[in-house]
Amino acid sequence: MTSNTLAFPASGVGALRQHPLVERYAPVATIVLALVAIWYVAAVLMNLSLVRDGFEREETPYTVSDLIAGTMSAERPLLPAPHQVIEAFTDSVFGYAPTAPRSLVYHSAVTLSATLLGFALGALLGIALALLIVHSRVLEKSLLPWIICSQMVPILALAPIFVVVLGAIGLHGLLPKSIISAYLCFFPITIGMVKGFTSPDPMQLDLMRTWSATPRQVLSKLRWPSAVPYLFASLKVAISISLIGAIVAELPTGAEAGIGARLLAGSYYGQTVQIWSALLASAVLASGLIALVGLSERIVGRQMGTRP
Amino acid sequence: MPNSLKRAYPDVTLRPDDRAPFLTSVERVRMSNAVDAKIQAEAQSESAPQRLAVDVRDISLTFETGDGKVEALSNINLQIAEGEFVSFIGPSGCGKTTMLRVIADLQQPTSGTLLVNGVSAEQARLERRYGYVFQAPALFPWRTIEKNLKLPLEIMGFSDSEQRQRAARYLALVNLTGFERKFPWQLSGGMQQRVSIARALSFDPALLLMDEPFGALDEIVRDHLNEQLLQLWDKTGKTVLFVTHSIPEAVFLSTRIVVMSPRPGRIIDVIDCNFPRGRSLEIRETPEFLKIAQRVRTGLRAGHSYDE
Repeated sequence: MTSNTLAFPASGVGALRQHPLVERYAPVATIVLALVAIWYVAAVLMNLSLVRDGFEREETPYTVSDLIAGTMSAERPLLPAPHQVIEAFTDSVFGYAPTAPRSLVYHSAVTLSATLLGFALGALLGIALALLIVHSRVLEKSLLPWIICSQMVPILALAPIFVVVLGAIGLHGLLPKSIISAYLCFFPITIGMVKGFTSPDPMQLDLMRTWSATPRQVLSKLRWPSAVPYLFASLKVAISISLIGAIVAELPTGAEAGIGARLLAGSYYGQTVQIWSALLASAVLASGLIALVGLSERIVGRQMGTRP
Repeated sequence: MPNSLKRAYPDVTLRPDDRAPFLTSVERVRMSNAVDAKIQAEAQSESAPQRLAVDVRDISLTFETGDGKVEALSNINLQIAEGEFVSFIGPSGCGKTTMLRVIADLQQPTSGTLLVNGVSAEQARLERRYGYVFQAPALFPWRTIEKNLKLPLEIMGFSDSEQRQRAARYLALVNLTGFERKFPWQLSGGMQQRVSIARALSFDPALLLMDEPFGALDEIVRDHLNEQLLQLWDKTGKTVLFVTHSIPEAVFLSTRIVVMSPRPGRIIDVIDCNFPRGRSLEIRETPEFLKIAQRVRTGLRAGHSYDE
């Protein structure tokens, strides 16, 4: 309790303002409301000419309220209104069986499997590279420039090459997508883990030396545990990148399923509502994945005695 | 003539003396058992290596820095018998910590020879002959207190039951029974430092190297830990090398005080300091104590050039 509430015990607004739920969620809710409001205004402005042309073509008389109502329910709007997106999203998530080709759950699952496999591959690769770099100066000098270069090439240019090359050696479907996803997400993990493996205090390293610990013991008992906070920080970045990688990989593969395929199909047929609901699905997926990493971080942190 | 104001210049070699009472008795037992006159002769000879915990001869260490060479240690000669408690005192940069690190094989001298327990410093480190206590507790934050204590034991391959027993024994020794499952951040600085002392003792090294272990603690805690350390030394009969900034601490704890001076780091005085074992903090008010403290102060002042 702050002195503020003691000074104004009768003030209802002040009490409400300091309610823990309000304190926690009010800032987020305010931003969301503001964004939705801006979105509606933008939807009206952007779709206005489209709707007016429609009315004029059919030569029906219209009022301003007709116009505004039209901008929010157009079939193929330039910018769909939020409620249209939500409606299409819930419809395609709950309206079909999860295995139906029109179900967003189905497409999300396809992308999710490529994401998770790519994330796992990328994490392993990233940690392995970090270990090599930390243990050898020569490898640091020879590997690091290539690792950095690998991230300078736009993935949109690389993805088709990957698909063609991997297709030529008989790899189709899930694996090429996962490899593209892994290619994108190993980088933050390598950088984070190099930092993490070198983070132990010099004193702690000296201690290990006074006990004449083997390099393997130094790794398992000091460098690994010290790197854990860095690991989770980089995993959080990596998991959202690997989702993006999986979606991008679906574009040139001409995939028939997956969030990327939905985006592609939506843009072919001008189905803006479909594009936006696919985007919403990927946002939901990404938040879920990050939340999962955050949860495992908390569980591991509790076991490692992290200060609450 | 321990209190005469003799100046031990760097080139003065101190002989292993018969001041350590319990050691003398051990020696006596050994000699009475020895029927062979050869052994007796060996024991009397000046360089009987088994009696010396640390034998430093002509050690120099020069650092190459950006601004040129820095002479951290210059022609250090020092012989420390088993069971002694030797303090190193001197202003910052006088090389007392470097001295300890050289003995611990954490740093290599540029020239000179060094024997720890009769073998080279590296060999002594590989044989885990010493325990090192740093300025900071340097506990591993992800390990509970018990597991921190077990860490060197794990590395050295003690059995599980042995690890448990030793952890319990040494936690009791530093009065921390009941804190096994706590994490380091849940303990005060003084308690953490006691854990790090227990950790250094846990594998029962004959030699204890302590680098300003109580430097960061307040006066009261420091007094308390000084008493505990002295009791511990009495109980275990270990050889202790102790780096400190504090004159009263050095005089209170030591059997010998080595006064050092910077640029180049050298020994300028070695002071005998034989208060009876089982002494209490009250001896700090006695004239003998103050006399020795005065001599240490004089030595420090002489070695310190104020005109820089």
